[in-house]
Formats: sequence, C-alpha cells, structure tokens
Amino acid sequence: MDKNIYIYILIMGAVSYLIRALPMTLLKKPIKNKFIRSFLYYVPYVTLAVMTFPAIINATQSPISGVLALAVGIITATVGFNLFKVAVSCCLTVFAAELIITYLL
Amino acid sequence: MSPLNLIKTNKAAIRQGLKDGLPIGFGYFAVAFSLGVTAKNAGLSAFQGFLASVLCSASAGEYVAFTLIAANASYIEVALATFVANARYMLMSCALSQKASPDMPYIHRPLSAIYITDELFGISIARKGFFDPFYHYGASLTAVPLWAIGTALGVIAGNILPLSVVSALSVALYGMFMAVFIPPAKKDKIIACLVVISFALSYIASILPVISEIAEGTRTIILTVIIAGAAALLFPRKEEEEEESNG
Repeated sequence: MDKNIYIYILIMGAVSYLIRALPMTLLKKPIKNKFIRSFLYYVPYVTLAVMTFPAIINATQSPISGVLALAVGIITATVGFNLFKVAVSCCLTVFAAELIITYLL
Repeated sequence: MSPLNLIKTNKAAIRQGLKDGLPIGFGYFAVAFSLGVTAKNAGLSAFQGFLASVLCSASAGEYVAFTLIAANASYIEVALATFVANARYMLMSCALSQKASPDMPYIHRPLSAIYITDELFGISIARKGFFDPFYHYGASLTAVPLWAIGTALGVIAGNILPLSVVSALSVALYGMFMAVFIPPAKKDKIIACLVVISFALSYIASILPVISEIAEGTRTIILTVIIAGAAALLFPRKEEEEEESNG
C-alpha cells in the first residue's frame, strides 16, 4: 500500500512536539525514577553511535573515505572542535580522499 | 517591574537570542543540506523537506524517519523511531521546566517546547537565572529557518551537485552526531564503552542474516532500547553525577 508523505511528516512533527512539550507543560517536579532517568540519559549517545557506524562507511562513494571521515570526526570532536567544524572536517576529508582515490591511485 | 520596563527587557532578550542563534543556524544550514539529500532519497519534495524540518527540527529524528520513509515503513515504525531518536529532548524539556520561573505565564511552556534542540537548549539553559522564553524565541527565529531552508536546498541541489560533493556532504550529519557523543565519551568511561559497544553491535546487526533485513531505522530503535536499557540497569546514574553533567 502506498503511504502519504504528508501523513509521515505529520506523525514526525506530532511525536517530536509531544516529546518536547509533555515534560515542559506537565512536569513541575523532576522525574524520580532512577532507571528512567538513567535510560533517558544514555539514549542520545547510544542512538547517535548506532546511527553513525557502520552507516558512515556506506554513505560515501568509497568505504575508505568513510573510514577516514570517521577517524577525523572522532579526533576533531575529541580535541574540542565545535559541531560545525567537526561536520566540515569530515566533509573535507571525504572530498580530498575521493579526489586522491579517483585521480592518483 | 513596570510593564514598560518588562517589554524593554523582553525585546533585549529577543535581540540577544537572534544574535546567539545565528552561528547555530549556520551550523544547522550545512547539516540540513545533507539531511535534504536523505529527504530527497526518501521521495520528499523541497517543500515537504522544509515542512518536516520546521515541524520537527531534529537532525537524528528526521534522518531516521527519512530512511524509514525511503523503505516504505509503517506509520507506527516512523512514530516509534521518531520517539526513540528524540527521547533525549524529554530530558532537556524536564531540565528546562525546572528552570522556569514560577511567575512565567503558562503559555510560554507549550510555546518554548516547540524548538528544544540540542544547541538551542544548550544556550538557553546556560544563561544565568530563570529560563527566559523570549531569549529562546529569538534564537529559534534565526536558527530554525536556516535549518528548514538548508533542508529544502538539499532536496533541490542534491541532484545538481556533482557526485563527489554529495558524497562529501553526506558525512556532515555523522560529523554532527560525533560532535555530540564524543565529548561526553571523553569525560565518562561508561559512555565511551557504550559508544564502542553500539558501534560493534550496529555493525554486527548490519551483516547478520535476517537481522540485516530489518529496516535501518527499526534496527536503530531495537539496538538503542537494548543497549541504553542494559546500561541503565547495570550503571544507574547517581544524582550528583547528573548535576555535574548538567552544570
């Protein structure tokens, strides 16, 4: 069955808003449950890590440039580059690596 | 404070927010562009990409949803994936609600919740004193349009740009993800271990028969719930640690 893109977008928007609005509008006190607090704390890091690897390697034309971008991303984020600079460093790495692979190797 | 002074203060807060939102917006723009390429692959038009970004403004959440849409996933899968990828905003929303002044008109709660993103939350919570909704609105007004326009342009220009540029831009999103999870991993050994485990399990899940057949977004939800759930059971956070990391 074909699905409607606008319904997809509506669902994405509604879920995104409810997640952000429910605590802000309902919660006057912090969540006490230790498991939920810990789970919510770990979720962003785990999700982002799961989404990054191995997807970054398959995103580029050559897996080698993807691996290099991963390495550069980890290094630049470790030394404290901000979000924008880390993203740009990864892009430039892939661009340079693929240029070398295409024309020099 | 007299009403006139209050209006003046609020105007100044909006102006400061507009200014502080600008560098964030430029960062968003570059990343949104690569998100637009993903949106295009999922079959979205430029307007639909724009709309999704205005309504969601969540890089990871939108990215997961787009990959699911590309796989013709069910509405429930998209809702679940959006929930899991954005679950962290619940925590941020909790934190912001704690910083709101008891005198703040209630309407600012549902309104300021619209654009709780990693960065906008970061600059709003970092300000001294009570949460200032007007500062938050100002920052959202510059950052979010750049995010949405970037997405639309990514959809449009994704097929105009040479393959080498698209390939390079496609890692911008992952670069942004790394900028979010690497710094805390440096400070916290548990998070560092979780990152390594997540990489390993995600890789294994992508090559194992049967499991690799499951849509990428759904695999992400399953792995996140398992890994973060196990971590929460084995390594529950202590209160003082949380205060440290929020401070």
